[in-house]
Amino acid sequence: MADTGMPPLIRLEDITRIYGTGEAEVRALDGVSFDIAAGEFLAIMGPSGSGKSTAMNVVGCLDRPTSGHYFFNGVDVAGLTRDQRALLRRHYLGFVFQGFNLLPRTTALENVELPLIYKGMDRTERLHRAREALRLVGLEGREHHDPSELSGGQQQRVAIARALSGAPEVVLADEPTGNLDTKTSLEIMALLVRLRQERNLTIVMVTHEEDMARHADRLIWMVDGKVAHDGPMPDGPLHGAAMVPGVTS
Amino acid sequence: MIWEALKLAVKAIFRNTLRSFLTVLGIVIGVAAVIAMVTVGQGSSDRVTADVESLGTNVLIVQPGKDAMGPRRDGGQARPFGLKDVETILTEMPEVETAAPIGSRTLTAVFGNENHATQVLGTDNRYLRATDWPVVMGRGFTESEERSGKAVCILGETVRTELFGFADPVGETIRLGTLSCDVIGVLEAKGASSFGSDQDEIVVMPIRAFQRRVAGNTNVSMIFVAVRDGFSTDDVKLEMEFLLREMRRIGPEEEDDFSVMDMKQLASMLTGINNVLTGLLSAVAAVSLLVGGIGIMNIMLVSVTERTREIGIRLAVGAQGGQVLMQFLVEAVVLSLLGGVLGSILGLALAAVGAQMLSVPFTPDPLVVLMAFAFSALVGVVFGFFPARRAARLDPIEALRHQ
Ligand SMILES: Nc1ncnc2c1ncn2[C@@H]1O[C@H](COP(=O)(O)OP(=O)(O)OP(=O)(O)O)[C@@H](O)[C@H]1O
Ligand SMILES: [Mg+2]
Repeated sequence: MADTGMPPLIRLEDITRIYGTGEAEVRALDGVSFDIAAGEFLAIMGPSGSGKSTAMNVVGCLDRPTSGHYFFNGVDVAGLTRDQRALLRRHYLGFVFQGFNLLPRTTALENVELPLIYKGMDRTERLHRAREALRLVGLEGREHHDPSELSGGQQQRVAIARALSGAPEVVLADEPTGNLDTKTSLEIMALLVRLRQERNLTIVMVTHEEDMARHADRLIWMVDGKVAHDGPMPDGPLHGAAMVPGVTS
Repeated sequence: MIWEALKLAVKAIFRNTLRSFLTVLGIVIGVAAVIAMVTVGQGSSDRVTADVESLGTNVLIVQPGKDAMGPRRDGGQARPFGLKDVETILTEMPEVETAAPIGSRTLTAVFGNENHATQVLGTDNRYLRATDWPVVMGRGFTESEERSGKAVCILGETVRTELFGFADPVGETIRLGTLSCDVIGVLEAKGASSFGSDQDEIVVMPIRAFQRRVAGNTNVSMIFVAVRDGFSTDDVKLEMEFLLREMRRIGPEEEDDFSVMDMKQLASMLTGINNVLTGLLSAVAAVSLLVGGIGIMNIMLVSVTERTREIGIRLAVGAQGGQVLMQFLVEAVVLSLLGGVLGSILGLALAAVGAQMLSVPFTPDPLVVLMAFAFSALVGVVFGFFPARRAARLDPIEALRHQ
């Protein structure tokens, strides 16, 4: 951990997240600690059920850990109310989901406008920003299309535009290319990388695909709710065995 | 923000127009029923007042018993008035222009093969004069007929047509119950009263004949009094009460055992009955507003479930619980207000038709419409709150995962 005196943008300290009780208890996160610095592009990988989404939800303030501390910009999120966490999401975070999660029967433009409405922006400003965001993701001319009229890649671009329209500091992407073909996935990744540079974004991305993870500059490998590996993106292969310390391939 | 919520609400409501319409049907019916009921009730009250006042604002009605038309506390045992009370009033009170005795029964009138149930009124010429009710065929009672109580009668227009058709009734003899009675005249047609009863459904005979041959006593059930022009009806009423107490020897500690009503009182009593009826009917109608509210709650709960994912997305992009609550609450209120608008239109239309049919004036009251609106908005708030709160309390992750 670089000792700059400034708190890191995101700090997880010994986070656990337990679902259920007794026999049915599942430790989705089991003592997870890591920092994310502003401007980092972090990829989280690991086998299915290892707790990647759970970790993302905690970082995204959508979920609360069972124990441990999560500091955002030095603020302990555990001490925030439900509404304060909503404000934190509104002003600092942007989400991109595997399933796109666009509002149905609602145009691309209106979808992108959504976070801006909650930011209390007036209509002209909102429209301007939303159009700008759609242009940025290459969807000029599709403003008035419903999600049902857009391809998967285009829908994910709308979702990215929505995540960016509110000018967040951190974009959280849970398997953003999980539903897309390789070519489209690579286009989406290229878009994320470009936007990150243009806007100095911090990106946290969960993925199963090595090709996508390679675009990040840091990798966390999770196994059974624990961080098995945390370090710069290695040059070697990114499969489980290589990542877990003490296991040699 | 509220503007956005309004736009969203309208969008959500018209996304499924048929369902929304069926949802608000309860409100529509409730509001329509209340408005129609109150408007027609108001119209008929106005009509009653106008009718009663058209009898003359200078008229007083004297009846035995404390509350002439309400329930009698004395069980109907109040001392009756007699014919000499009428004369005493006339001689003792120069402010009184006319006083006429009145007795009445319902009897079957028979002529040839025709028979017809009708009201039989025992009175005298003074009543016909005071109420401005001319005899248009034949003649009125002669003094000797009035004095001797001869069995003669004057027919109302309806009774005439029912018994005689187009034939001339004057000079014929009809039977009233067991009494045979010579027809001497026909009264001018008056038409329906405020309650829809036919005022021409009447046979008038001299009070003495009525007492002796119909009622079998010497009572007068009502005294009709007209106050001379230039005298205040209120003053005369007070004076008459004073006189009557004296005549009936009522001690200073005792209550009146009679009542003197002026037309204002009579009108307000009649409209009072009318208002109670209207109120009862409206209360029944208001229940359907409640049922309508439950319909709204039901559909809003369905809507919240259907739109769980949408709520999750909104929460994820930073909507606070209160904003989600507001969105669904506004939707419920807009929905029920829509019902209020449709219901008001329907209710006013129904009231217009109903007023026409009952021949009462159609006087829509903006206040009533406003109240119906306020009430339907209230229904929206009350019944929309629970579903909206459910939406606002959703867990963002579970909402996002919802399929
Ligand atoms: N709402 C829940 N209730 C109970 N258990 C849950 C819940 N959500 C997740 N879990 C459990 O927590 C563990 C971690 O789940 P998580 O979704 O974080 O895995 P993941 O790493 O994202 O998996 P995948 O790669 O398949 O998306 C799993 O064992 C899962 O069954
Ligand atoms: Mg996952």
